[in-house]
Amino acid sequence: MKITREEVARIADLARLELKEEKVEKFAFQFSDIIGYMDKMNSLDTSGVEPLYSPSENRSVMREDKAKKDYRRKDLLSSAPDHDEEYLIVPKIL
Amino acid sequence: MKDIINKSLLEISKSLQMRQIKVREVVEACFDRIDQTEPKINALLCMDKESCLSRALEMDKSGPDPDKPLWGVPITVKDVFCTKEFPTTCGSKILENFQPCYEATLVEKLKNAGAVILGKNNMDEFAMGSSTENSAYKNSRNPWNLECVPGGSSGGSAASVAAGQCFASVGTDTGGSIRQPAAFCGITGLKPTYGRVSRFGLVAFGSSLDQAGPMTRTVADSALIMNVISGHDPKDSTSASRPVPDFLAALEKRQDLKGMRIGLPTQYWMEGLSPETLESCRNAVDAARDAGAVIVDVEMPHARFGIAAYYIIAMAEASSNLARYDGVKYGVRDKSSADLQEMYRKTRSRALGEEVQRRIMIGTYVLSAGYYDAYYKKAAQIRRLIQQDYLRVFESCDLVCAPVTPSPAFKIGEIIDDPLQMYLTDIFTTSLNLAGMPGMTIPVGLGRDTGLPVGVQLIAPAFEEALTLQAGQVMENALPGVGTPTGLG
Repeated sequence: MKITREEVARIADLARLELKEEKVEKFAFQFSDIIGYMDKMNSLDTSGVEPLYSPSENRSVMREDKAKKDYRRKDLLSSAPDHDEEYLIVPKIL
Repeated sequence: MKDIINKSLLEISKSLQMRQIKVREVVEACFDRIDQTEPKINALLCMDKESCLSRALEMDKSGPDPDKPLWGVPITVKDVFCTKEFPTTCGSKILENFQPCYEATLVEKLKNAGAVILGKNNMDEFAMGSSTENSAYKNSRNPWNLECVPGGSSGGSAASVAAGQCFASVGTDTGGSIRQPAAFCGITGLKPTYGRVSRFGLVAFGSSLDQAGPMTRTVADSALIMNVISGHDPKDSTSASRPVPDFLAALEKRQDLKGMRIGLPTQYWMEGLSPETLESCRNAVDAARDAGAVIVDVEMPHARFGIAAYYIIAMAEASSNLARYDGVKYGVRDKSSADLQEMYRKTRSRALGEEVQRRIMIGTYVLSAGYYDAYYKKAAQIRRLIQQDYLRVFESCDLVCAPVTPSPAFKIGEIIDDPLQMYLTDIFTTSLNLAGMPGMTIPVGLGRDTGLPVGVQLIAPAFEEALTLQAGQVMENALPGVGTPTGLG
């Protein structure tokens, strides 16, 4: 499978990444190589095989719906690059 | 006491409990060793000598606690676990100076057991890599040969333990990241069953694959760490509510391998192994046979699809997990951006390393409209077939034995520019994570050509870690071992 530069640019946009021109070029080449290797999976007929998404034996673990306070707002906010006493602050959205 | 740093964890713990040695002496010996070796191997991202020494003084004053199996024992942990007393960077610039306000369950358990955490180990950024060359901070080196990589992604942990900086480290394994560096550095490394150890507070990479486990100099040391870190945690809904056996006691119950059937998957023993790796691994099988094991050939027909299926699933999960690094909640932010979207893009592009960007992008691609069925679903179907291979194999044997890597540690810079080649070095380790089974590396000896350690993997059915530990200890006693690293002068 050949991955074009346009496709790399489209994926970068979906992944919220901004790539320099030479990196787009490099990734297009490498992704063709890597995805090309993955395509060997197509030689195996898997029709009717139930996908396995997790080896966990647990299914929909339920717990009591009870409010509890594990963390202090101040401590959680202090990890953020920008915040005031109550909120996380981000650049303008619109 | 002489030669403190070459003792096993069990030995030092006994001496500490019997007050034959002070915690301060042991902690000082480790920091002396760190001063000596760290400029050569770069195994640590941070440490805190002062607070460890003052903690040691307090412990010496209060005296040993027999209920704390790691009382006074200096250890390190991979920088992937959230810690209150140390920053948690995951080897990434995007988490530079991140100071969590909570602690991983596993770290809490280690501390409650009396361990003294000296510092945190270097790693490939977000655990993505097989050489620790993807760390945004430093290149760790192999204590056996400083020109070689220590393996990855828990390369700092493996190098620390091999060099005697600490008595154990805890790493994580998504596709081999405990077992491969353990093999490269000549130590023991156990990836427990998916669900055996809580992952609360472990920075996520591939959530259906990640598991934490011990990296130690002996099998019994791993058993002791497993006793401490295993068990259900209400804060991790994937952790299993199964009883945890006493792994250390289990070791007493087996002195040989009589009656044990060990399967060799023909697909893993055929091609691609370097001559010295094949020779050393065969020695390990001979040792098992001499100890009474019955060796049988088994078939894992879907093994050759393992790497493709693993990387698709791991990258898909990574792309989703790493969406959280958006410059808002923690870590760094690009301050030059005028609006939110630009801030996301600039922060992520500037602070995430190239391998991480590559994986996020391929993961995004295989999950995107039009490709999901062809890649992600297909990989998950192959994952089912690989799990069934294992289940079928375990009908005819108790344990599986396989090489860990195609060859011993490679040179720094040798493969780093060819990502696909780097992924292919994980050929023997990834299928275990897809199936969720436990597996352990033990060192079998030094390769005839390179003089570097070679390891072998013992793989058991889910939740049968005790079996790998038992067989591992019998083989450890029968094999010549690797001795102390030759690259430290």
